[in-house]
Amino acid sequence: MFWLVGFVLLFVLPILNVLPAEDSWLHVSDFALNRFGKFLAFAILALGLDLIWGYAGILSLGQGVFFGIGAYCMGMHLMLTIGSQSVYGSALPDFMVWNQVTELPFFWKPFYSFSAAVLAGLLVPACFALIFGFLAFRSRIKGVYFAIITQALALMAWLVFNRNETNLGGTNGLTDFKTLLGFRLSDPGTQLALYVVTVLCLGGAYAMCRWIIASRAGRVLIAIRDSEQRVLFSGYSPATYKLFVFVVSAMLAGLAGILYVPQVGIITPAQMGVLPSLEMVVWVAVGGRATLVGAIVGAVGVNLGRSVLTNSFPELWPFFLGGLFVVVVLLFPDGVMGMARQVRGKFAERAARLPKSQAVEGEQT
Amino acid sequence: MDESHHRMKRLIGIGVCVAYLGWFVLGSVVAEAQTNVSPSPPLEQALADLSSEVDGTREQAVRLLIEQGDASLLPRMEELRANADRSLRMAIKPVIDTWRHRANLASPDAETRRTAATDLGMNGRVSAISWLETAAANESHRWARYAMEESALLLKLASDDPAVKQQAAAKLGEMRSQNAVPALQALVQAGGGESATAEQKALAQRATAAIERIESWNVWSSTIETLFRGISLSSILLIMSLGLAIVFGLMGVINMAHGELMMIGAYATFVMQECFKLYAPESWFDSYYLAALPAAFLASALFGLILEATVIRFLYGRPLETMLATWGVSLILIQGARMYFGDLTAITAPSWLNGGAQVLVGVFLPFNRLFIIGLSILSVMGIYALLFRSRIGLRVRAVTQNRSMSACLGILTRKVDAYTFAFGSGLAGIAGWALTLVGNVEPGLGQNYIVDSFMVVVTGGVGKLAGTIIASLGIGGLNKLMEPSFGAVYGKVLILVLVILFLQRRPSGLFAVKGRHAEG
Amino acid sequence: MTEHGSIIYLEGVTVDYDGFKALNNLNFIVNHRELRVVIGPNGAGKTTLLDVISGKTKPAAGRVIFGKDRDLMGMREYEITQLGIGRKFQAPSIYGNLSVWENLDLSLSRPSKGIFATLRGISTAAEREEIDRTLETIGLQEQVRKRAGSLSHGQKQWLEIGMVILQDPELLLVDEPVAGMTDEETEQTGRLLQSLAEKHAIIVIEHDMEFVRQIARIVTVLHEGTVICEGTVEKVQADDRVREIYLGRQKVAHG
Ligand SMILES: Nc1ncnc2c1ncn2[C@@H]1O[C@H](COP(=O)(O)OP(=O)(O)O)[C@@H](O)[C@H]1O
Ligand SMILES: [Mg+2]
Repeated sequence: MFWLVGFVLLFVLPILNVLPAEDSWLHVSDFALNRFGKFLAFAILALGLDLIWGYAGILSLGQGVFFGIGAYCMGMHLMLTIGSQSVYGSALPDFMVWNQVTELPFFWKPFYSFSAAVLAGLLVPACFALIFGFLAFRSRIKGVYFAIITQALALMAWLVFNRNETNLGGTNGLTDFKTLLGFRLSDPGTQLALYVVTVLCLGGAYAMCRWIIASRAGRVLIAIRDSEQRVLFSGYSPATYKLFVFVVSAMLAGLAGILYVPQVGIITPAQMGVLPSLEMVVWVAVGGRATLVGAIVGAVGVNLGRSVLTNSFPELWPFFLGGLFVVVVLLFPDGVMGMARQVRGKFAERAARLPKSQAVEGEQT
Repeated sequence: MDESHHRMKRLIGIGVCVAYLGWFVLGSVVAEAQTNVSPSPPLEQALADLSSEVDGTREQAVRLLIEQGDASLLPRMEELRANADRSLRMAIKPVIDTWRHRANLASPDAETRRTAATDLGMNGRVSAISWLETAAANESHRWARYAMEESALLLKLASDDPAVKQQAAAKLGEMRSQNAVPALQALVQAGGGESATAEQKALAQRATAAIERIESWNVWSSTIETLFRGISLSSILLIMSLGLAIVFGLMGVINMAHGELMMIGAYATFVMQECFKLYAPESWFDSYYLAALPAAFLASALFGLILEATVIRFLYGRPLETMLATWGVSLILIQGARMYFGDLTAITAPSWLNGGAQVLVGVFLPFNRLFIIGLSILSVMGIYALLFRSRIGLRVRAVTQNRSMSACLGILTRKVDAYTFAFGSGLAGIAGWALTLVGNVEPGLGQNYIVDSFMVVVTGGVGKLAGTIIASLGIGGLNKLMEPSFGAVYGKVLILVLVILFLQRRPSGLFAVKGRHAEG
Repeated sequence: MTEHGSIIYLEGVTVDYDGFKALNNLNFIVNHRELRVVIGPNGAGKTTLLDVISGKTKPAAGRVIFGKDRDLMGMREYEITQLGIGRKFQAPSIYGNLSVWENLDLSLSRPSKGIFATLRGISTAAEREEIDRTLETIGLQEQVRKRAGSLSHGQKQWLEIGMVILQDPELLLVDEPVAGMTDEETEQTGRLLQSLAEKHAIIVIEHDMEFVRQIARIVTVLHEGTVICEGTVEKVQADDRVREIYLGRQKVAHG
């Protein structure tokens, strides 16, 4: 299944984009492929969120922050590569000229380098999560307390990124990117390449998450969800495991941000605030908690629905999203995957995957 | 008088509509006829001189008129102004203003008297000193008298007699007069130059001392005002958090739609206002606000009841799921309000909440803020009485502590849940009602404070009202204290950091119910 | 003054809940390979005693020494667990969403329970064997692959005991293990505890006097946070004060 879907995403769609004639029904347009690439970037984030919420039962309402940091890191690099092609013709980004900043702020300087930007996009969210998570988990802040604190984090980040004096473009964010590694972002070829990279990253992220949850550490995560006290008295330090999974999820969110920016072409604080962070939770809820495939299905599905609905009935989207929150939580706590499982009856995929027969009957990871 | 009678007869002859219109005209004419007593000869001369083009004549006429004329000449003056050119209008204006202010010194409204006094002091006519002093002697309103005395002293600063000047400067310092600072500074400057006379220097010394006194008082008064703003924000947070804390503390439910229940309360207030505009006599308008209180409470409580019955009931014991579902509800409510009411809706505060109370020199407390502070205190007392002094409260607490035992004792736990939630929601409605006094009514109203009030609940801990009160005082106060030095945004960031650090010491808040029951 | 033969040594331990002393200047010693039963009326502080030993509650005063000279004060729960103190809770505490096997596998004592070890770790044949053996002991062979959450109450209790056994602790803390069990299950549990006592030290908290008589060698009676009496079942039952506060009260309740 994994290989089949991977094959379709990695080869069939790009080939359908390149080979058939524009008007053929088989043709996948550049626009559609680009959109799909964006959804797959979101899916990477959803995987991380699923690890922490679906498996370990810790609801983080601050994933948007990590996503945003990753995206801004990439965005800053793209801003700097614009160079003097910008509207004002200055080597500084346009908004700095506009804000009468005359010298590039020191923290922008490393972002001339592409690899530094990518590294920062992964490591800055990780460090952030490490410090924040350390403080939170060490003092055993959990459940709704953790959710509320992370939500406050999202609000703060949004406030700070909105300010002009932080030199991150204020409300308008970073945009008008031109090239990436010398390739023009407006070229369909570049976008195709970005799509392929996104698929590969998603595949890698999926494999890593699979590996984590199939290991004993993965079972400790589920154990934490079930009974943190027992975990403690089985000799594990729940805080360490939580911190680990929080950092991993932050890095995946950062990676999603890195891939998002060149494909979408803009990043603003609006993408990292309270509401987007909550929406991310809904992706996972819709797909089905504690199933990695569900996280991907949810992220792609909800965003597909969003782009269809916001095109035709923009004012109905909040109703739809709100309704989705309520309906999924109340009626389909296991999401799409749960429904699929019910339809197909009980099957023991997970049992087959684990060595010998120790897994739960009829349960799937 | 005769003339008007004639006109009257003529007007009665014309149709009813015209008569009605004419009544106004007539009224004004009668008024004119009554006030138009002829002035004394020198004033008459001065009035005529105003139109003179000769240099100096006009100025002299203005001075004379200001010093000796009074409000009875106003109609003449208005008439003059109506036909005057620009330069004449400019010349007349101070005359008219002075007369008006002088007349206003005797106004029945204290605020009018006070403004008039302040304006007289600013415009610097020595003749006003005696008026102000006379008025001050009869004045009973503290701040009106203050303004009169202050203005009189300000005018004395411009006097020719150095002794008077020095005394005035000293007295102004004693009074901590804000308005005197520019004038005093000018004196300091005048006394600081090389060419300053000994007299000027002595005066400058007095002025410096006075400024120091005023400024050291300013530190106090601004501290008091900051404190007040902090308390005011705290009480807003408190009112919002109370409902949240009750629902969370007693039922373990985190209601993310709490802000929207508040919004419903605010819109209920707005609807009540519109109803009064449409259906009630104008003189009743101010009472719409009182009528809106039960409306806001009931509207939000009803929504809460519906929310509990359709969503929350199925999610007891699953706080994270409750959070998500209620967030969904909040999205729907916000968008619903946006589509139905539009983006911005204005509320006119009732007139009895306009203005404020001056308690000290430079310390002005707006009534609407005072009202909210009072409301929050009342709410706390009301909730306390309800929870700890009534049978209903006893049941609620019983269910909180031991659900199954309560059920065995014949308490209808379902009902208690529903009513508790409805009550918490109604409190949100009251918060929304109060918030219309300090902000716009808009669909996003609930979102503005909601994260802050969640922080209050988290910091305060579950299950103890005192925690909520202290936490809202702390967070609201810190917010306002840090705003001047860090700016609103970084102040907030700092508060988040402080809350996280605080939770390091006390992970379940200030007043957590300790023990095994609180875990898991 | 540590007594060298003891596995756990509590001296002057006081636990204070807002002025209420759940444990009051308590002294308590258990020796290696001893099976000690702690009894006492409800609210006497029995569970709190286990909380203090296992690190769940930090006492306001006193010393807690494990083995020769290991001071447990200020250590975290999982550290204490890794030292070799296992705990079975009053209400069954297991992982409902994992299979019985996975429950046991997670509890198995291993050199490292850190994140990197568990990410890589694969069960060795010896470990499997040990789990199988424990499964036999607790009689859940048939249920290996079942979700632990779907077990019956008694089975959950047994599973938790199995989990604690697999931790291979030197000291076992067992809180009311037979509450809610049938007579037959109770007797089996008693036998199990006695066989375990051959290798481990065990502290059992129990109300059921029948059960106490079955397993106990030495009984400690706790009342209002302090030890009232200690000795054989016969001695304890003969003690006047114990009669008054514990047995006496029970008689009144029955009569
Ligand atoms: N976390 C806590 N907070 C406050 N009081 C507690 C706490 N834990 C236990 N207590 C009190 O301490 C006393 C002893 O409790 P416990 O050790 O559970 O008694 P038992 O002997 O029945 O196991 C009881 O009165 C209980 O109410
Ligand atoms: Mg107990």
